[in-house]
Amino acid sequence: MSAIANHPETHEDILIREQGFDDHFHDHHHGDKFQSNFITKYIFSQDHKMISKQFLITGMLWAIIGAGMSIIFRLQLGFPEESLLWLKPLLGKWITVNSEGVGKLAPEFYYALVTMHGTIIVFFVLTAGLSGTFSNLLIPLQIGARDMASGFLNMLSYWFFFLSSIVMFYSMFLSTGPFSGGWTAYPPLSALPQASDGSKTGMTLWLVSLTFFVVSVLLGGINYITTVLNLRTKGMTMWRMPLTIWAFFVTAILGLLSFPVLVSGFFLLMFDRGMGTSFYLSEIYVNGKALENVGGSPILYQHLFWFLGHPEVYIIILPAMGLVSEVLSVHTRKPIFGYKAMVFSILAIGFLSFIVWAHHMFMSGVNPFLSNFFVIFTLIIAVPSAVKVFNWIATIYGGNLRLNSPSLFAIGFVSLFISGGLTGIFLGNSAIDIQMHDTYFVVAHFHIVMGVAAFFGMFAGVYHWFPKLYGRFMNDTLGKIHFWGTLIGAYAIFWPMHYIGMAGVPRRYYSYDNFETFNHFAKINQFITIAACVVFLLQILFVVNFFYSIWKGKVVTERNPWESSTLEWTTPIEHIHGNWPGNIPTVHRWPYDYAKDGKDYICQVEPLGVGEEDSGSH
Amino acid sequence: MTTLIVVLCIILAVIVFLQIGKLTELTAKIRGEKNAQYASNRWNSVLGMIFMIVFLLYCIISAYDMKNYMLGFGPHSAASEHGGALDSVFKITLFFTGIVFVITHVLLFWFTYKYHGKEGSKAKFISHDNKLEVIWTAVPAIVMTFLVVGGLNAWNKVMVDVKPDEKVLEVEATAYQFAWTLRYPGADGLLGTKNYKLIGGSNDIGQDWTDSKNYDDFKADKLVLPVGQKVRIRIVARDVLHNFYLPQFRVKMDAVPGMPTYFVFTPVKTTEEYRAELKKYPEYNEPSDPKDPNGKKKWETFEYELACAELCGNGHFSMRREVKIVSQEEYNKWVSEQKSFYLTSIRNTDDDPNKGKKLAIDPVETVKDTTKVNVVEPVKEIK
Repeated sequence: MSAIANHPETHEDILIREQGFDDHFHDHHHGDKFQSNFITKYIFSQDHKMISKQFLITGMLWAIIGAGMSIIFRLQLGFPEESLLWLKPLLGKWITVNSEGVGKLAPEFYYALVTMHGTIIVFFVLTAGLSGTFSNLLIPLQIGARDMASGFLNMLSYWFFFLSSIVMFYSMFLSTGPFSGGWTAYPPLSALPQASDGSKTGMTLWLVSLTFFVVSVLLGGINYITTVLNLRTKGMTMWRMPLTIWAFFVTAILGLLSFPVLVSGFFLLMFDRGMGTSFYLSEIYVNGKALENVGGSPILYQHLFWFLGHPEVYIIILPAMGLVSEVLSVHTRKPIFGYKAMVFSILAIGFLSFIVWAHHMFMSGVNPFLSNFFVIFTLIIAVPSAVKVFNWIATIYGGNLRLNSPSLFAIGFVSLFISGGLTGIFLGNSAIDIQMHDTYFVVAHFHIVMGVAAFFGMFAGVYHWFPKLYGRFMNDTLGKIHFWGTLIGAYAIFWPMHYIGMAGVPRRYYSYDNFETFNHFAKINQFITIAACVVFLLQILFVVNFFYSIWKGKVVTERNPWESSTLEWTTPIEHIHGNWPGNIPTVHRWPYDYAKDGKDYICQVEPLGVGEEDSGSH
Repeated sequence: MTTLIVVLCIILAVIVFLQIGKLTELTAKIRGEKNAQYASNRWNSVLGMIFMIVFLLYCIISAYDMKNYMLGFGPHSAASEHGGALDSVFKITLFFTGIVFVITHVLLFWFTYKYHGKEGSKAKFISHDNKLEVIWTAVPAIVMTFLVVGGLNAWNKVMVDVKPDEKVLEVEATAYQFAWTLRYPGADGLLGTKNYKLIGGSNDIGQDWTDSKNYDDFKADKLVLPVGQKVRIRIVARDVLHNFYLPQFRVKMDAVPGMPTYFVFTPVKTTEEYRAELKKYPEYNEPSDPKDPNGKKKWETFEYELACAELCGNGHFSMRREVKIVSQEEYNKWVSEQKSFYLTSIRNTDDDPNKGKKLAIDPVETVKDTTKVNVVEPVKEIK
């Protein structure tokens, strides 16, 4: 990767050398102090680009584990009659063998898998893996900063995530199993070790792990916010920031305001578990014993949890939206349509996400009158979301579309976001939620809109910025196979779940045999399981493509392979400390000058022509 | 051995895919990167159109195929008075979202097809259009207002509690890991007081035997309700969260330890009437036991069901109770057969605090009056 250091000076290089801002960065000659040996370069790195890779690869490992778990529990749901004896070498005592030699997944482990799948994908993959990767990579590069505001905190952010991962991973090997009360961990189930094996040590470790995780998010978030606010290069006004940066910025604010509330909820839960307090416990008789606790309310936990939990879904989807906006604009060779409307809709979504949390709790026993407000605010979110969708579609209109893996995943994202967003209108309306709450309709809704869609945003980002990350391309043909297979497969998995949900089938059921209302769907469940297995294998193809391309992919020979106008592509292909070898660039225009005045693209460092107006200013 | 073969197959498949990938990279080099990109644009934009058409057709056909499982369609109509209102909100939402879904998908893939990069084609510089943006902000806002008003109208009617002077039957459902206890008020129409500290032994829900309202309360293994009678279910949890869920009645409410909740509804179709409706649909004319093709059909064995819809532990999926909706006469007859739990199981045992004392109800053995339906006792305020 180092053979390209002596690249001829490009037009942008000259502009940066002549007009860029001299921050005397390399005068100090401490440039590579932080990357001088193996440990400081690859392990305890303080360089945002390396930390970004660390987040990405850790996130990918977790994604494989989390998705693999879903395959195991889908086998139970799709083929309840089949023997799972062949999984015994992997799962040991969690496969129970009956007298006929038929191996069954133990119900407690089924619930543990469901819980771990949710926790892992929501927090470790789609929060750390997505936001951690791309905020780290793109914030300094796209705003023209040498690095994050605090490289040290940034390093700590990753290592707290790592610590949290270790604790969670360890909890899977406990004899009582990992936590099994659902990723939302509602007390009293999560508070009472007597109520479920998973609520014993597994739950303690779950809480410890996620507390470390929140520390990681907060350290990262405070860094992202500070960097965006203080380290923008000369000329990079807020209105000249790419939408990716806007998305990461608002995401970090959401995280900073909501995660501490989650931790406070966790602490109260820890007190209830270990110190005999009654924040969430009242009048409970469990395991042959009436507990002393009175006066607490399980609903309180739900409020604290969803006060994070709802912004959390936007913490997941906003970065994906930002990535998609950028990728679509670059590959349609057209400015993003309605840049300011896009920014305002990000801000509106971010604001509204804080006042809708109780729409997860319509049927949890809160005063029905209160739900009125939450219904109104929830359905208002549809408006900025619709604006974003229309703007993406309008961006494609009149474009000169380059259809490759990143842009295909971006288009797929839009399709998924529409499908999943529209079902949100059903669920956000409390009247329909009476029937739909906690059914497969909900499972279909959130998997499409924040699960698969966020993954599509992430894939678009990985394919698009892989040249920046590793100096090579990922294989585009494999990428397209990955795209079409995953798009069709994801709809094959989740579309039928809407019907099962409308029929009233509740989620988190180990078996439907007990209920004649719910047992009509054996064939559909089989179909879903088969589709899930195919999609899982396709993701393995992505992982193979990823690691193969790191070492064997097509080498990037031009700095700006996508002919993009943003700053990250003015940096050298090989990663250097401080990002730009000389001056940092001075910015003269908004980031979306594509197809303007007959030119294919104009880099942000290009000064405005005589009488030319910055197109982003209106 | 099989494992080995599977692993080998996967490795082989990976190698094949990598080779395909390499090969296309090579051909692209030969044809020239630009031309290869144009070819890719063309192919993938066509694939996009095919995907869009097949996907939309699949959505419409599968929706038609599954229409009998959708809210308010076919046999899946609501069996409660309020259910129809919810189903119509559902239908209106389905109508609007369906339109948006089709239009946006057609535009998304049509534009992708129309504006894919071709030899000599150029993008247009369009950065914004205020008029258009105002329109597509306003239209969703108006539709949303419409849906919100409709939805909240239904919601506030459904969720209203009974008024003090209303005639209502109050039944209590207590959830615990992993079953339900159903308690009916006896002749007095009132549920006796409880205290969770009294739970244990023969007293599984902690009834206070010094409260005379408890003397005639009885428990049932099925939820039997008279058709057309307003029912208030008092929903209680003994250990962890549960959820009282009656799918056919559009009833769902969490059971929360320490905080009784409620759901008020009126069943409008007896089990027999619902079965008669199901008879019309082929999927309910299949044998209910696949091993016995000449046995009873699905519609004949159909029962309303009570399920748990909030994860409560390892047995969450098994908390079933049968629900029977019967005519008022049948209900009265059923009630007259029920025996007071106190009088049959507690009276004068060691658990009875009134042991040896004479009570006004002695020596009543069964519940007599059945028709008097009841005044609701004020329940704890719900926070």
